[in-house]
Amino acid sequence: MKILVPVKRVVDYNVKVRVKPDQTGVDLANVKMSMNPFCEIAVEEAIRLKEKGVATEIIAVSVGPAQAQETIRTALAMGADRGILVQTDDTVEPLAVAKVLKAIVGEENPDIVLLGKQAIDDDSNQTGQMLAALLDWPQGTFASEVAIADGKANVTREVDGGLQTVALQLPAVITTDLRLNEPRYASLPNIMKAKRKPIDTKAPADYGVDTAPRLEVLKVTEPPKREAGIKVESVAELVAKLKDEAGVI
Amino acid sequence: MAVLVIAEHDNAALNDATRAVVTAAKGLGGDVHVLVAGSGAQAVADAAAKLDGVAKVLHAEADGFAKPTAEALEALVTPLMEEYDAVLAAATTTGKNFMPRVAAKLDVMQISDITAVEAPDTFVRPVYAGNAMMTVKSSDAKKVITVRPTTFEKVGDGGSAEMDDIGAASGPFKSEFVSEELSKSDRPELTSAKIVISGGRGMQSGENFHLLDTIADKLGAAVGASRAAVDAGFVPNDYQVGQTGKVVAPELYIAVGISGAIQHLAGMKDSKVIVAINKDEEAPIFQVADYGLVADLFSALPELAETL
Ligand SMILES: Cc1cc2nc3c(=O)[nH]c(=O)nc-3n(C[C@H](O)[C@H](O)[C@H](O)COP(=O)(O)OP(=O)(O)OC[C@H]3O[C@@H](n4cnc5c(N)ncnc54)[C@H](O)[C@@H]3O)c2cc1C
Repeated sequence: MKILVPVKRVVDYNVKVRVKPDQTGVDLANVKMSMNPFCEIAVEEAIRLKEKGVATEIIAVSVGPAQAQETIRTALAMGADRGILVQTDDTVEPLAVAKVLKAIVGEENPDIVLLGKQAIDDDSNQTGQMLAALLDWPQGTFASEVAIADGKANVTREVDGGLQTVALQLPAVITTDLRLNEPRYASLPNIMKAKRKPIDTKAPADYGVDTAPRLEVLKVTEPPKREAGIKVESVAELVAKLKDEAGVI
Repeated sequence: MAVLVIAEHDNAALNDATRAVVTAAKGLGGDVHVLVAGSGAQAVADAAAKLDGVAKVLHAEADGFAKPTAEALEALVTPLMEEYDAVLAAATTTGKNFMPRVAAKLDVMQISDITAVEAPDTFVRPVYAGNAMMTVKSSDAKKVITVRPTTFEKVGDGGSAEMDDIGAASGPFKSEFVSEELSKSDRPELTSAKIVISGGRGMQSGENFHLLDTIADKLGAAVGASRAAVDAGFVPNDYQVGQTGKVVAPELYIAVGISGAIQHLAGMKDSKVIVAINKDEEAPIFQVADYGLVADLFSALPELAETL
């Protein structure tokens, strides 16, 4: 069984981004970039399925700039077998990413596409669902548990009210939530080994996908700022403030 | 121009989030229609018909809509879009699940989690865990939008929409609902509660959450948690507030033993009044708190419960 794992290069989750003064975007110069945390969880889950003997090959795909190759290398160092970089310097929206992935699915015929539920930069939470729709595949989003057996995936999903389990006929799309697993760190020998694993470089045009954005960014601004308030000395003072000053209890 | 709102419900009652989505939908101009897809959901359809400003309710009944899959909702909503210029749903785990499928089928780029409608084609949405607000203009002919319910007023009752029973799309579908494990609580729902009290890793155990429960009961509050508290197994996943959990904006948010990571702030910094109780006076949560109490939570919480 083949598993395709799309991965995205994003601003590291520890970085507090700053909006550019000219309001055209956020300042990404000299900012640490990493693999999107949800993508790491997807890579880890694919590797565990391979270790269990369920999966035989893991292909990591990234749509992005030349540096996204590092993100693919990270996936290879964790345990993916080979990579595909669909290289572009343009902003590629989730819809276009889903179209590129659909074309790759057509060539590679994976049984599962396993990807993060959202990227922590644009927070869109769409790509997996869009890909599933374009392929007419079932989907299990926000997964906290995945069990594969008899041509089916049982996916436990984190939903607003608690947990929900769905059964999907394979092939299927699965998107990961935070509690699915804890991703491993790549060991030094594996990082060295990953340097020799193959990465194919392509362009969106190779897949016939038009990546022109549908959303024009008019401006990017700072959110309303919250000022720090005061420190109270005691519980009694806190309750008094909440009653008399804030009037919220 | 008419816009379609997908109602969020549990077949018994209409979720309040839908009231906020109707407000957002009104901002697009034109008639607002509401789709109720359910099983035995007549009461929900009736409630939707009473929403202020709703012209029509489409009611689709099918067994499969008791716990609809994303596939089933996509199959129902996509063909309806011939008649509509926009479709909106709440950015809940239901809306986030099926709406991008509808968007892909319509070859439209979804606009996720909007916090404001600037024009019928222009919207504001948070990015980077709410550290930046992006204003985007959509060039797609039809708009597919998920709405952050906490940032829009909730419409009241007062309407009397016409009711239209529509057929349900039939399968077969390749996914099916198997089971669910829902948290039961007599307390208000986290995203609509007026007061929320959340615990973090500092709570040390699930057992210690009863310290928060006692206060929540006195205040009529909902109980939430940080990711660290959920990961540690203190409380279930549906307690999580933050970038990847629930977004709340109550009148009063009390953060206890929570450090204030950006991912947590993303889910609560629009609260009207924020209180932080933390023993570390350097904790970043104090930078957004209106009232900070530097104290050990194990002495502060019992005292707070006593004083209330
Ligand atoms: C992709 C991604 C998504 C994430 N999404 C979310 C999300 O949605 N929500 C979320 O919350 N986090 C999220 N996180 C995690 C986030 O980065 C933090 O790790 C998490 O919020 C920390 O939780 P905490 O504040 O409870 O724990 P800690 O950071 O460990 O803080 C514990 C606090 O408790 C205080 N404390 C300890 N003992 C006591 C005591 N006896 N009395 C008083 N105070 C005490 C400490 O001083 C400390 O400030 C995400 C992370 C990633 C990478």
